[in-house]
Amino acid sequence: MRIPCPHCGERGHEEFAYYGAADPRRPDADAPLEAWHDYVYLRDNPAGPHRELWQHVHGCRRWLEVTRDTRSHAIAAARDVAARGTA
Amino acid sequence: MSPFLGGFTAPLSQPCRLRTGGLVDRGAPLAFSFDGRSYAGYAGDSLAAALLANGVRLVGRSFKYHRPRGLLAAGSEEPNALVELRDGARREPNTPATIVELYGGLQASSQNRFPSLSFDVMAAGNVLSPLLSAGFYYKTFMWPAAFWEKVYEPLIRRAAGLGRASGLDDPDHYERAHLFCDVLVIGGGAAGLAAALAAGRRGARVVLCDEDWRLGGRLLAEAARVDGLPGPDWAAAAAAELAALPEVRVLRRTAVFGVYDCGTYGALERVADHRPEPGPHEPRQRYWRIVARRAVLAAGATERPLVFAGNDRPGVMLAGAVRAYLNRFAVAPWRRAVVATSGDEGWRTVADCARAGIPVAAVVDRRRDVPVPLARLAAQTGARLFAGGQIAAARGAAVLGAVRVIDAAGAPHLVRADLLAMAGGWNPALALTTHLGGKPQWDGAASAFIPSDLPPGMAVAGAARAHYALPAALADGANAGAEAAAACGFDGAAPPMPQAEPGDGAASPLWACPKARGKAFVDFQNDVTTSDIAVAHREGFRSIEHLKRYTTLGMATDQGRTANVNGIAVMAALTGQGVERTGTTRLRPPYVPVAIGALAGHHRGRDYRPTRLTPAHDWAIEQGAVFNEAGAWLRASHFARPSDADWLQAASREALAVRQAVGVCDVSTLGKIELVGPDAGGFLDRLYINTFSTLPVGRARYGVMLREDGLVFDDGTVARLEADRFVITTTTANAGPVLSHMEFCHQVLWPELDVHFVSVSDRWAQFSVAGPRAREVLQATLEAGADLSNQAFPFMAVGTFPVLGGVAARLFRISFSGELAYEIAVPADHGDAAIRVIMRAGAPFGILPYGLEALSILRIEKGHPAGGELNGQTTARDLGLERMMSRRKDFIGRVLAQRPALLAADRPMLVGFRPVDAARRLRSGAHFLPLGAAATVANDQGWMSSVAYSPILRHWIGLGFLAGGTARIGERVRAADPLRGEDIEVEVMAACQYDPEGARLRV
Amino acid sequence: MTYSFLRLAAEALRGQTGWTPAWRDPEPKAEYDALVVGGGGHGLATAYYLAREHGITNVAVLEKGWIGSGNAGRNTTIIRSNYLLPGNEAFYEHSMKLWEGLEQDLNYNAMVSQRGVLNLVNSDAARDAAARRGNAMRLHGVDAELLDADGVRAMVPYLDFDNARFPIKGGLLQRRGGTARHDAVVWGFARAADRRGVDIVQNCEVTGIRVSNGRVMGVETTRGFIGAGKVGLAVAGNSSRLAGMAGMRLPIESHVLQAFVSEAIKPLIDCVITFGAGHFYISQSDKGGLVFGGDIDGYNSYAQRGGLPLVEDVMEAFMALLPLAGRLRVLRSWGGIMDMSMDGSPIIDRSPIEGLYLNTGWCYGGFKATPASGWCFAWTMAKDEAHPLNAAMRLDRFASGALIDEKGAGPYPNKH
Repeated sequence: MRIPCPHCGERGHEEFAYYGAADPRRPDADAPLEAWHDYVYLRDNPAGPHRELWQHVHGCRRWLEVTRDTRSHAIAAARDVAARGTA
Repeated sequence: MSPFLGGFTAPLSQPCRLRTGGLVDRGAPLAFSFDGRSYAGYAGDSLAAALLANGVRLVGRSFKYHRPRGLLAAGSEEPNALVELRDGARREPNTPATIVELYGGLQASSQNRFPSLSFDVMAAGNVLSPLLSAGFYYKTFMWPAAFWEKVYEPLIRRAAGLGRASGLDDPDHYERAHLFCDVLVIGGGAAGLAAALAAGRRGARVVLCDEDWRLGGRLLAEAARVDGLPGPDWAAAAAAELAALPEVRVLRRTAVFGVYDCGTYGALERVADHRPEPGPHEPRQRYWRIVARRAVLAAGATERPLVFAGNDRPGVMLAGAVRAYLNRFAVAPWRRAVVATSGDEGWRTVADCARAGIPVAAVVDRRRDVPVPLARLAAQTGARLFAGGQIAAARGAAVLGAVRVIDAAGAPHLVRADLLAMAGGWNPALALTTHLGGKPQWDGAASAFIPSDLPPGMAVAGAARAHYALPAALADGANAGAEAAAACGFDGAAPPMPQAEPGDGAASPLWACPKARGKAFVDFQNDVTTSDIAVAHREGFRSIEHLKRYTTLGMATDQGRTANVNGIAVMAALTGQGVERTGTTRLRPPYVPVAIGALAGHHRGRDYRPTRLTPAHDWAIEQGAVFNEAGAWLRASHFARPSDADWLQAASREALAVRQAVGVCDVSTLGKIELVGPDAGGFLDRLYINTFSTLPVGRARYGVMLREDGLVFDDGTVARLEADRFVITTTTANAGPVLSHMEFCHQVLWPELDVHFVSVSDRWAQFSVAGPRAREVLQATLEAGADLSNQAFPFMAVGTFPVLGGVAARLFRISFSGELAYEIAVPADHGDAAIRVIMRAGAPFGILPYGLEALSILRIEKGHPAGGELNGQTTARDLGLERMMSRRKDFIGRVLAQRPALLAADRPMLVGFRPVDAARRLRSGAHFLPLGAAATVANDQGWMSSVAYSPILRHWIGLGFLAGGTARIGERVRAADPLRGEDIEVEVMAACQYDPEGARLRV
Repeated sequence: MTYSFLRLAAEALRGQTGWTPAWRDPEPKAEYDALVVGGGGHGLATAYYLAREHGITNVAVLEKGWIGSGNAGRNTTIIRSNYLLPGNEAFYEHSMKLWEGLEQDLNYNAMVSQRGVLNLVNSDAARDAAARRGNAMRLHGVDAELLDADGVRAMVPYLDFDNARFPIKGGLLQRRGGTARHDAVVWGFARAADRRGVDIVQNCEVTGIRVSNGRVMGVETTRGFIGAGKVGLAVAGNSSRLAGMAGMRLPIESHVLQAFVSEAIKPLIDCVITFGAGHFYISQSDKGGLVFGGDIDGYNSYAQRGGLPLVEDVMEAFMALLPLAGRLRVLRSWGGIMDMSMDGSPIIDRSPIEGLYLNTGWCYGGFKATPASGWCFAWTMAKDEAHPLNAAMRLDRFASGALIDEKGAGPYPNKH
């Protein structure tokens, strides 16, 4: 795969480290155990478009949110996590 | 060096070489050997052509029945003629003779036969062949149960396999390279050349790959003309023009073997296989990773064999291959030919045979209505025409002797011939269109599977999409090349299209031959016959994927290139489903087999992975260091002295020096991360279980990080250099992961924190100076004036001091050994100088360098956890560090660390051990059992994680995890090590077995 | 039809014309006592053991394509029971014992070949971990031997001992480990299940799971609704999708694992070898091909194909271990979709929905588990409770903290 890094341009995916789903958000400190369980362990794991985190470890070292189809590996978008705001 | 190279003088005869013609260099005769016999060929020959030129027609034995086999094809689809090339460490099995470019001194041998090709005792298996149908193995060899591994399987394994591996390390080297281009053209035949010209002339960056050593594809094998020139001449002109275009790169001898995501292609260039061995510093092969914005697949097509009894006999060949041998190589070992054709195609072979002077005894045309000009050609050449005829069987001994023909009226005829040229239609070479999941579609009109569902950016041109006629292939290629260039922004005026005389390009339908006695082969290499397919059908293995797996159809080294479609057709006929609904198996990379060495490139031996060396590496070598691999690093295990009997004695000596005088250890491999910013302390509070925002400037503190699941991730020290500046250390192994984790936390979780950090692991060389005399050594190391007194620079103090005439060194009074100790860090460039200064300064105090083994002894004596304890399966509580976990703040892992199973009372927890019999040795990996209990899992209470011989305590000591943990101190248990046949009694101790009050630290 | 020497001889004499289908091709009934979704090794074994062990024969296995089309047909055929943790080891040893009698049990030669599995260790730390694991195996009554470097050299002298980046310091050997012919395992279980009355329904894709009042009622399929009071999901690679049909999210990510086979060569490698420093494993098939693989590509995928970086990585490990391999050639590669669980171990358990059972999370180690997975899943479905052998393989272990993390890699599926 080739990931279009917003800072470095399109690069082979071996320059990046994969983390996993981008959507789960870390619960508030006082959230119940169940929320932490869901955050750390449960995944939608879709067959189709998937928002996911990659780090450009052999480049700018920024964490990116990549939207990629898990059936075709086609990458629709890649942006710095800073660009996704706090929503 | 081969004897042929030097000793060769006069060309040996080539009895089957035509007097004229061919694209071989008759001025460059080359000697070679096959199965130990010497022959000659010409430059430009393939090994297959050169063998035919010498009348060698038996070239291999089949996989299962060891039947004699000859050449079927002229290209990389050849299923039969696999040879071993070269000898010694360069011996290479399973190469099709058709793709071997002849060179002087080439040595080849046939394989999978014993003792010789012409007399193969394994062929005796033929008498068992009625038994050996598809699925045979699954139904037998089960009785008695123990016989499978002992008797049956060794026999099967010996009989199976093809050629032999050399068994020696490959002496050649391989190279990996990357290419980026606008348009990748795959295939250098008519369509590919037209595509490359069309794109290249417009200025696009073009890469053209062709597996042959000469561009032209079928143009080299046919008697066709382009732009008024003979095909090979036009191809040569096109090649010359491409070579002159600055943005075009032509890779000959290069097969594109795979299509990958996002326009990535894998290709293999056989750089030096056409010479006895690579030149100095030349790779044998080069693996290319090509990234292309667009691709044009012009890989041509593979001709279909006919499936009839005895169709594997040497002399039965593809009609197109016969033309290649006649026209390109000017060889003709045949005396009398029969041509079988299902369309116009085979008639070209009739014409070419006639031109070469080979009598054509008969033409069997499946059509009842043969076009008049073709019938006339039969008459002119004296061939008997069987319009509407069928091939029933091939007869003969070693090679073909006669062909049994059924005429349109059903009457049998036996036609004497030693060549049967089969023209059963063509299968587009569409494998590369399927690697991303595309499914070929059956096109009834084309009588072929054609590409559909193409990889993004790929177009297909010419015969690869069943456009077989030369003018169509040229136009196709030119259009595809122009469109691909335009898509990349190169849309200049269209240059002229190459023109060719209209020829036949009509598709030839599938040809089901009548049944006859004898084996009719579908997959030649794997010996899969029509009756095997019938058995599979009978037993319900009707899905094409089940058929493949049950019969091994299409699983040989040729990947079923001549077999798959015929197999599908045979199954389709049995099920009555039609070829269209039967479908194809999924084709997968690589399209052609690729040498493992090529894909590995230079990553072998000591270069398998990079080796990291610390700045003091040379010094360590001088000191007699014996190194250990620690991840990517080489670290000194110990420093051997002549007086040491073994590593244990060396490590003991070093550890004692630290306890009794002073030692120095290179700890540069620890990860070091420097943080700056007003929120740096708060950020560290969220990363570690303990608190750092309250750490005073000029002080350091031990810290533990968890993963978000609450288990221990890493440990190290955090030092506050200034109010808003910290430097932390990580374990060597986790230097990278901790940095990524911190970047995740900052960039993804808490971007609002004002902190910046960077790895400085490689910027600093760091040495631990430890022992009662450490202060004196440091005092002598640092520039005069440094106050290292316990008051001015107490335990856990941090400061900056000049060394080496003004170099700022960071000094940390931290200790892993439990002794008075300092870690001194200097910029990496000064690491070598610094260690030498330390050693000089320490000489009066008896300083010794110490390595990882001594470090390990010292930390086990002190009960500090390291790799064996920080293994990703343990919690802070397991390690006895529960009280470090702050309850006043959030931190990574806080919540999930409180899950009930992680707090269970019977969880094994860290304690120390010593043998009850002080003379006994402890072993890591031993399990703890209650005294007197059986050695079963029900009694398993934990395991020993680290052991060392303690020279100061004079016995072995250990750290381990024991259910009940510290509550059991003083108890005795067994450390059972059945693997090594040991089972000894140990006493449970506190983890720290030396100076538990820490008095030695603070002096 | 029972396979025997006599039958083979008779068929040889009459031109192999008397064979009958290995399993029937039935139309699905409207209702079964139990449904197993997924016609791979695990699903078929489950159906077989439901019939054989529990007398539940009114069972259908629903397969969306052809049986064995998933990971059962895309693995490196290794069988072993060399696990560290108690939650795993007894289970895998049960599997090994089932393998040892499988052929006579199924009347089908799955070519179970106990050629030995040798895990090489390349560092002192790796040796300590191997010793801990080997001793755990021995406490379970399982065979294990710790070899030193010389012992390894005597066994597999062709490895790179003298010029290696990571020297071979020893190995953990399980002689009872080995390989089995993967497709034949599928066919053997299918045929044996069919002979006990199980319907194997191919080309029948489950499109929905019908749940009423917290109870499973059956499944919607491309061939209509099929009712059953018990539905077991054994659909590695697609577990999240199927569970999603019942409204569940799983601790699972789907990842692609590539594997490779070389051209056939004469016998070279006699046992299974794994290379600790480079995540690489290799054996040689009876046909002569070297079968090998490495790590997962490392990103979520349902595409059954991987990329070149991983290919390169695997070939590098191959060359590092066996420098004689340079001139041997990769013939084929393939990709399977793994259910990567969050602690690297499987789940065989009831689900929160009554009558719906989960068999998932096999990561890249599912093949060796095939018989025990079927055996335990059949037990769990038949009795509505876990057998002691799969008692630790619970769905709720991530909430309780009773993880089965052999590697200590943490909740990162691509690290297991």
